[in-house]
Amino acid sequence: MAIEIVQPSVAGLSKIAVSETHGENSPYFAGWKAYDENPYHEMHNPSGVIQMGLAENQVSFDLVEKYLESNQEAASWGKKVSGFKENALFQDYHGLLSFRKAMASFMEQVRGGKARFDPERVVLTAGATAANELLTFVLADPGDALLVPTPYYPGFDRDLRWRTGVEIVPIHCESSNNFQVTPQALESAYDHATSMNMKVRGVLITNPSNPLGATIQRKVLEEILDFVTRKNIHLVSDEIYSGSVFHSNEFVSIAEVLESRNYKDSERCHIVYSLSKDLGLPGFRVGTVYSYNDQVVTTARRMSSFTLISSQTQLLLASMLSDNEFTEKYIKINRERLRKRYETIVAGLKKAGIECLKGNAGLFCWMNLSPYLSENTKSGELEIWKTIMEEVRLNISPGSSCRCSEAGWFRVCFANMSEETLEVALSRLHEFMDRRRRDRNLLSVL
Amino acid sequence: GAKIIEIQVFNKNKEIIKTLRERGFFPTRPLYTPSSTTTHHARTMKQNSEQTSISNLQETTAGATGVTTDMRVIVPLQGVVQGGGGLVLGSIIPCALFYFFQLYLKGKSRSDDDPVTPTPPPLPEISPPLERVHSIRSIWSPRGTNGQAQVSSRANSVIKQPDSPHYVGLKRASEDPYDESSNSDGIIQLGLDENKLSLDLVQDWLVEHTNCLIFGQDLRMNGITTYHPFDGLSELKMAVAGFMSQAMEGRVLFDPSQIFLTSGATPAVEMLAFCLADSGNAFLVPSPYFPDLDRDIKWRTGVEIIHVPCRSSDNFSLNTTALHRAYNQAKKRGLKVQGVIISNPSNPVGNLLNRETIYKLLDFATEKNIHIISNEILACSTGNESQQEFVSMAEIMNSEEYDRNRLHIVYGLSKDLSLPGFRVGVVYSFNQNVMDASKKLLRFSSVSSLAQRLLISMVNDSRFIRKFLKINSERVERMRNLFVSGLKNLGIECMESSRGFYCWVDMSGFIRPYSEKGEFELWEKLLNVGKINATPGSCCHCIEPGWFRFCFTNLKEKEIPLVMERIRRVL
Repeated sequence: MAIEIVQPSVAGLSKIAVSETHGENSPYFAGWKAYDENPYHEMHNPSGVIQMGLAENQVSFDLVEKYLESNQEAASWGKKVSGFKENALFQDYHGLLSFRKAMASFMEQVRGGKARFDPERVVLTAGATAANELLTFVLADPGDALLVPTPYYPGFDRDLRWRTGVEIVPIHCESSNNFQVTPQALESAYDHATSMNMKVRGVLITNPSNPLGATIQRKVLEEILDFVTRKNIHLVSDEIYSGSVFHSNEFVSIAEVLESRNYKDSERCHIVYSLSKDLGLPGFRVGTVYSYNDQVVTTARRMSSFTLISSQTQLLLASMLSDNEFTEKYIKINRERLRKRYETIVAGLKKAGIECLKGNAGLFCWMNLSPYLSENTKSGELEIWKTIMEEVRLNISPGSSCRCSEAGWFRVCFANMSEETLEVALSRLHEFMDRRRRDRNLLSVL
Repeated sequence: GAKIIEIQVFNKNKEIIKTLRERGFFPTRPLYTPSSTTTHHARTMKQNSEQTSISNLQETTAGATGVTTDMRVIVPLQGVVQGGGGLVLGSIIPCALFYFFQLYLKGKSRSDDDPVTPTPPPLPEISPPLERVHSIRSIWSPRGTNGQAQVSSRANSVIKQPDSPHYVGLKRASEDPYDESSNSDGIIQLGLDENKLSLDLVQDWLVEHTNCLIFGQDLRMNGITTYHPFDGLSELKMAVAGFMSQAMEGRVLFDPSQIFLTSGATPAVEMLAFCLADSGNAFLVPSPYFPDLDRDIKWRTGVEIIHVPCRSSDNFSLNTTALHRAYNQAKKRGLKVQGVIISNPSNPVGNLLNRETIYKLLDFATEKNIHIISNEILACSTGNESQQEFVSMAEIMNSEEYDRNRLHIVYGLSKDLSLPGFRVGVVYSFNQNVMDASKKLLRFSSVSSLAQRLLISMVNDSRFIRKFLKINSERVERMRNLFVSGLKNLGIECMESSRGFYCWVDMSGFIRPYSEKGEFELWEKLLNVGKINATPGSCCHCIEPGWFRFCFTNLKEKEIPLVMERIRRVL
């Protein structure tokens, strides 16, 4: 919990300011520091640390670049020069209607038209980080709890808890069933929260999952939806990787499930989306909250005053996202490239004797190093993580920072580098595993 | 009909009252109860948790002064019931009985009235009694069959916001905006302090420079699209530091490494509130202050605002006696004061803090060991430089006369550069802890890299900035003079020391009765009859009724006579 630092001379700071809840002292972030100090570069620093802990999508960046270069008009002030006046002054938290329409239509396309989105329900925020925090402010009070399946994105500890004062209670998932959420796990998490006198406000899932890199099956979605309906709580579905599913027919959005139920009980459901992953535009800070609940839409919209998207960014993206020809092509090509990368890395890891969870989405794979741990504990995991960082010079994310209940799993990102760099990383890992096996054999002989 | 339900707690049991007071159950202004959700959800005891009652209290505009002599109290019954302690419970039953008795009486008298005309929009922060009954009844009713998942109490308090005239007016004006050709009967917006007067200058510059900018020199998007430091690109920080110095006529130098960029001044203020105060703490704010501050400070942080009223007899300048009084009153209420928030130039009054007052404020902050947040977002909108000098808090920070760890500045490009849509706000602080926390907190509200790139070039073009500041300043001054003399011809006086984009106008001679109610009626008439949206002083928490803020930078010169005519019509 928060550690209060006593300030002798000047007025103290808040607990929030000095607390450790931002989590930036965990290994997840320590690896980043190592990378920052010694980053890999093909030419200048071929022995540097390769960053495999950052889930960024750079594989399809050229498509966006090409589009903008050939559509210069879109990148400036739009067709009318007088468009500038409205643009510069525009600070309405509703956001540009054209942009909301474009967002809604893009979200529909990503789901293959299997669900419809209403632009009036789109609330804009400066990134998905802000969207998740905003929803948490709206749905829960300090001291309340949100149930989140493990393993989960390490940033949630910060985004959902830091300023909101809300707690996360994990829904434990196991490798025995590929880390899928089960009704028993849901119930047990709920009971655990209530036994600690915490009011459960909702369940937050990430679909496709980070760090698993896999979509949630329809059956499981239905079970989760039934559960939240029974308990009368909310369901937040963070679908930030929905455009990064390798085969479009393998993704089922909660929106589809709701539509098939004729939107019954949909007021408890909310979707978070962003362009940072699918479109590779994290710098633009574009996120949305899509809610089926009028009250939540209204409230979130007003609260979005704290995290608005610059009007000029909205204008630029509005024209790009409403260009259906471009978006269709982009989505298709992006999926293919990611799939290829995934296949490369999985094959490469297999050659090195490492298994991964069967994934079908995202910018990373969920790697299983448990057979290689000296001891099947968190410290065993961190030991091997440290070795990989120092000897192999790869920064990967240990499962413990994702609150995984089993030791030895790691998230390895593959989309934030060139193909060549990926090959380098894989060969390093291969060498390392080979060396280890040899050493082991040697030891067993002696 | 009466909208306030008051319970006069007779002073029989001082113990109970003391406990209630310690828990903050005795605000000096009527409580605003959370309206039930739009559909009829039964609120159960579980949902009306202590949290709800606490957030209720934070809805009160805690007037630090003017505590009424007889104890007018609204007891948030549902919350109190939830709160533990038989001591508290023991006071409820007589309160509840009394409450229902009052309701019964009121119900009776209402039915005897003539058919009621549609009720006027409620005054800020008061809810119609009917909803109150509903929520009270629900304590004893079983869990509703509707089973709708509730939103948080924080969300509930947000939903109430728009009832204030400030927001109602803004909404109406945006739905029915005046346009010379297409909607000459529309509402003229004088409630939004935006500056449209010099947009053409910015526009011209952008059109000239845009194409090479968005992509950088080599027409590549690289570096723009990837993650970047959440507190802003260092080039923009440097550019903004230079701009701020220029805006304040080179009197102060700003250090780029103490600058943090956010997506607007709104999150900048909120972020400082999160850093400097815990939930339940308070800031002292001289009133009148701009309406949005209530939202920025209180909504999500749980921090309170204590008013430090300023009076027209002092030209609305900050009075240190009032500061001390407010501080002591906060202490009595058990609220820990973490700092003072000032705006300089002041919004809505438009005056500048003089050097002497600033030093007194600094002494006060040092004595009490608290922070000062100075919102200087209108710094270069100061009209004529030959008049009173503008003293930025940065000057004090540089002089090192006072501990600069307690000083923080909020700034932004929306006012001085007329670019609110770009969403660029600045937090300027030397406090290492604030800086460290900010770097991490800014992930929730960082500026789009696209906007940053564009601005780097614009702000670095110092020739353009110089020209812009000069011409803009002239235009604002000219418009202000026209507006003020127009008002003078109608017999209306403005605060003489006006700066910024608005006039702080004394309409007290035209309101009847001389009260908040009279002011509200005038506001309504101006809106509905005069088709003019202005901000009434009560939204700014001005303790003297009859003051209005009129923003004139939304207008064209030729529209001024029209505005004056419409005002005359109403008076």
